[in-house]
Amino acid sequence: MSQETVTFTLDGVKVKATKGQTIMEAADAAGIYIPRLCWHKDLPSGGNCRICTVMVNGRPAGSCLFPVEDGIVVENNTKQLKDHRCQVVEMHFIEGNHYCPSCEASGECELQALGYYTQMLTPTSPYLRPKYEVDASHPDVYIDRDRCILCGRCIRASEFLDGKCVFSFEGRGIHKRISVNAEHNLGETNMEASDRAATICPTGALMIKRTGYRIPVGKRRFDIHPIGWDIEKKKKSG
Amino acid sequence: MSEDHALFIKKVAEKYGRDPTRLMDILLEVNARYGWFSEETIGHIGEAMDIPRVKIRDKISFYTFFSQKPVGKTVIRLSNSVVEKMKGAAEVARAFEDAVGVKFGETTPDGAITLTYAQCIGMSDQAPSALINHTPVGNLLPEDVGDIVEAIKNEEDISQLPQALIDVNLRRSGPVVFAPMDAGTAVRAALKMTPEQVIDEIKKSNLRGRGGAGFPTGKKWEACRNVKSDFRYIVCNADEGEPGTFKDRVIMSERANLVFEGMTIAGYAVGAEYGIVYLRGEYEYMLEDLKRILEERRKKGLLGKNILDKKDFNFAIRIQIGAGAYICGEESALIESLEGKRGAPRERPPFPVEKGYMNRPTAVNNVETLCAAARIMEQGADWFSTIGTEASAGTKLLSVSGDCSRPGVYEIEYGITVARFLKMVGAEHAIAAKIGGPSGRLVAPNDFDRTISFEDFSTGGSVIFFGPGRDLLTHMKQFTEFFVEESCGWCTPCRVGTTLMLKEFDKIIEGRATRTEIENIKKLGQTIKTMSRCGLGQTAPNPILTSMQNFPELYEAVIKPVDYIGTFDFAKAVSAGAEITGRKPHSDEEANL
Ligand SMILES: Cc1cc2nc3c(=O)[nH]c(=O)nc-3n(C[C@H](O)[C@H](O)[C@H](O)COP(=O)(O)O)c2cc1C
Ligand code: SF4
Ligand code: SF4
Ligand code: FES
Repeated sequence: MSQETVTFTLDGVKVKATKGQTIMEAADAAGIYIPRLCWHKDLPSGGNCRICTVMVNGRPAGSCLFPVEDGIVVENNTKQLKDHRCQVVEMHFIEGNHYCPSCEASGECELQALGYYTQMLTPTSPYLRPKYEVDASHPDVYIDRDRCILCGRCIRASEFLDGKCVFSFEGRGIHKRISVNAEHNLGETNMEASDRAATICPTGALMIKRTGYRIPVGKRRFDIHPIGWDIEKKKKSG
Repeated sequence: MSEDHALFIKKVAEKYGRDPTRLMDILLEVNARYGWFSEETIGHIGEAMDIPRVKIRDKISFYTFFSQKPVGKTVIRLSNSVVEKMKGAAEVARAFEDAVGVKFGETTPDGAITLTYAQCIGMSDQAPSALINHTPVGNLLPEDVGDIVEAIKNEEDISQLPQALIDVNLRRSGPVVFAPMDAGTAVRAALKMTPEQVIDEIKKSNLRGRGGAGFPTGKKWEACRNVKSDFRYIVCNADEGEPGTFKDRVIMSERANLVFEGMTIAGYAVGAEYGIVYLRGEYEYMLEDLKRILEERRKKGLLGKNILDKKDFNFAIRIQIGAGAYICGEESALIESLEGKRGAPRERPPFPVEKGYMNRPTAVNNVETLCAAARIMEQGADWFSTIGTEASAGTKLLSVSGDCSRPGVYEIEYGITVARFLKMVGAEHAIAAKIGGPSGRLVAPNDFDRTISFEDFSTGGSVIFFGPGRDLLTHMKQFTEFFVEESCGWCTPCRVGTTLMLKEFDKIIEGRATRTEIENIKKLGQTIKTMSRCGLGQTAPNPILTSMQNFPELYEAVIKPVDYIGTFDFAKAVSAGAEITGRKPHSDEEANL
C-alpha cells in the first residue's frame, strides 16, 4: 500500500481517510457535508470564510485546510457550530449589498444556498451598506463589488488555473476589496471570458455578461437540490 | 520627470537584487523619497520587480505607513490609543490643527505638513506622543505644539527638541533582562555545550514565550531543529504592537546586545545560520544604533563565520523594518510580511517551526524571550527556575501606563499579586486594570489579589490602569475600534464581526439597548472568538466580553428594562412630512399596528 490510512472520529462515527487529506476531503468521501463557501474543488484552499470550522479535539479549526490525523476527534454537526456558521453566513450578507430577488445569480449562488441551509432568518445586525460602482469596462465580464464576499476564489483561479494574475486584494480589514491588475479597471487586464476565474465566483460578483437569465428561475442549481446534496447523497446510496 | 522616477525605482530594485522577498525594503526606500505611492509609482515598481502591479498595490494598501495619496514633507502621526486619549491627546490634536491650519487627515496646501492619527506608537508611558516622520516626541502639552510646528516649518532638527528626548523609564530592573551584561558571555557559555545540550538546558529552565502565547521555548527550538531542512531561520519578533506595551522598546535601547546574544544562541541550538529582527516601523529611529551594535559584534567575532572560533558555526543577523500593522506581530503574518507580502496570517498547521520563512523551519521568539534564553546560558537553568513560580519561571517585563504615578517598565518576578504591583507603580486607587492590553482582560478590584503568571493573569506585558471617574465602557469601545482598524480582513468573522460588535456596543453606550442586545453581543463575541482564523480575531471581543463579565453593574446601569427597542424611529422618519402637512405623527404603538 502506497498511501497511509488513518482513522478519526467525525460526529461520533469512525471515518477512514488517507494521510495528507484535509478533514473536509475525508468527510466528503464519507458522505458527510461540512458547509463551506470560499473553498472550491479545483483550487487550493484559502481559509477566508471560516464557515467550514469544526472542532478538532475541542479546538476550532478550518476543515478545508486542517489535515487529518490518526485518532483526532472532530465535531461538525453540533448546535453551537451550526449557530456560529449561521451567524458567519449572515455576516456575509450584512457586509455587502445582496438583493437576491433581482440578482442574476439567484438560485446559482452558494451564499444564498447557505443562507437556506443554515436556516438564516433576517439578519440580527444592521446592514453595513457599502457603496460601490459596477466595473463593466470589460467587453465580456463584469464585477459587481456589492456582491463580492472576498472569498478570494477569483484570485486563486486566475493564478493557479489560468496562469495569470488578474485579481488581488486591496486594503485592510473592513476596507478590503477585490482589485484588478490594471491602473483603472478590468477592461485593461488580460482577462478573458474563457478564463476559469470568470465562472468561479460563488455569488454574482464576477459574472459573464449576457448569460444571466439563460436558465429560468426555478430550474437553477439550488432550486432543484439544496447545497451539499451531492455529497450527502453518497452516504444515502451507501 | 517620469523617467527619473522610473530610473530611481529601478536602481532601488537592483540594489536588492530585484528579490521579491525584499519588497518591504524597496517600498520603504521609495516611500522615503516620494512620501506616497501614485499609480504611476506602483506601475514602475511592478515593472522593475517583474511583479504584477495589483500585487504591489495589495501590499502597499495593507500598511499604515504607505499612503496612496500625496502626503506632506513632514508627517505628524499623533497616537490616539486609549492611554493617549486618557492623557489628553484630543487637546494636543486641537493644538496641532490650530498651529498647522489643517484638520487631521489633511495636508497643508503647500505640501509641507500632514496631520494624521496613529495607533499606539509604543510611548504610552509618555503620552500624549507622536511620531514626526520617524522621530518620536512625548509628554506633549498643547502649549508646546506651537514651538514644535515652528521648528518643523523652519526645517530644524526635530530630534533636538526637548520633547524628543525619550525617557527610558526603566523603573525596576530584575535579575534576568536588566542585570548587567558583557557581550559574548552567554554565547561563550552556550558554545561549551552541544546544540542538544543547549536545548535541554532551556527545556529544564521552564522558559516560556514572553510574546503572549507562552509556548515553551525549549520545545519550540527542538521542534525546529528536528525538521529536516537545508536551511533554518531565527526570527526575533520586535513588532510590539499591542497598545500599552513598550517594554521591547526599552530592551532594544538598553539591552540590544542581550537580544542578539539570544538570537545567536538560538541559531546554534536549532542549526540556523541566519536571523532576522522584525522591528516595528514606529521604532525605525533605533535602526542606526542597532546596526552599529551588530557591526561591533561582527568585529568581536560574535557574528559572522566560525563564531568565537567554533568551526562551522556561522550566524548573521539583519533587521527588517515594518510599515505599521499590528497583525504583523502574529508570527505567521510576520513571516508573510518578511517574504514581501501583505501581513495576512497563515493557516496552522503547518507551524512556523515546520514551514516558516521561505517555507523553512523557523523559530520565532519575542525579544524578551531571547534575552531570558541568553541569561539562562550565563547563569544556568537551575538558577532561572528558582525565580518566579513553579509554572512560571523567571521574570516578566510589564509596560505600565494609564492612571498611575510611576508609568514605565518593571521587571517583576512571576507570581506577584496585582495588589502589590499597584502599590509599586502608584496606582492604589485603580478601579480597573486592563492586563494584556486590548486583547487581554479588564480586571476588577475584587480580583486584585490574583497573580500575574501563566497560571493566572497571563500577559504579553501591557498593563493599563484606570483610576476613579474613568468611563470604562467608552474605553472598551475604543479598544474595540482598535481591532476594527487592525483586523487584516482575511477572514469574515473578524473582518465583519469586529465592526458589528462596535455597532452593537454603540447601542449599549448610547442607552438604546435592552437585555436582548446584551445577549446578542455575547453571542456575536463567541462566534468571532470561535470562528476567526488567528489570535487577533480570537481575542478581539475581549474588551467587551470581559468587561461584561467583571463589571456587570456598568451594563445594568445603561440598559433599558424593556424587551425590545426598535432600530427604526417612526416619529423621526416622518417628522419632515409631518411638519409640511402640519399633522402629528401617530405614536409608535399605533404606527406598528
Ligand atoms: C495579533 C497578534 C499580535 C502579536 N503581536 C506580537 C508582538 O508584537 N510581539 C511578539 O513577540 N509576539 C506577538 N504575538 C505572538 C506571536 O504570534 C508569537 O506567539 C510570539 O512571537 C512567539 O514568541 P515567544 O514564544 O517568544 O513568545 C502576537 C500574536 C497575535 C495573535
Ligand atoms: S469576485 Fe467573487 S470570487 Fe472574487 S473574491 Fe469576490 S466573491 Fe470571491
Ligand atoms: S482573525 Fe482577523 S486578523 Fe486574523 S486572519 Fe482573520 S481577519 Fe485577519
Ligand atoms: S471553506 Fe474553509 S474557510 Fe472557507
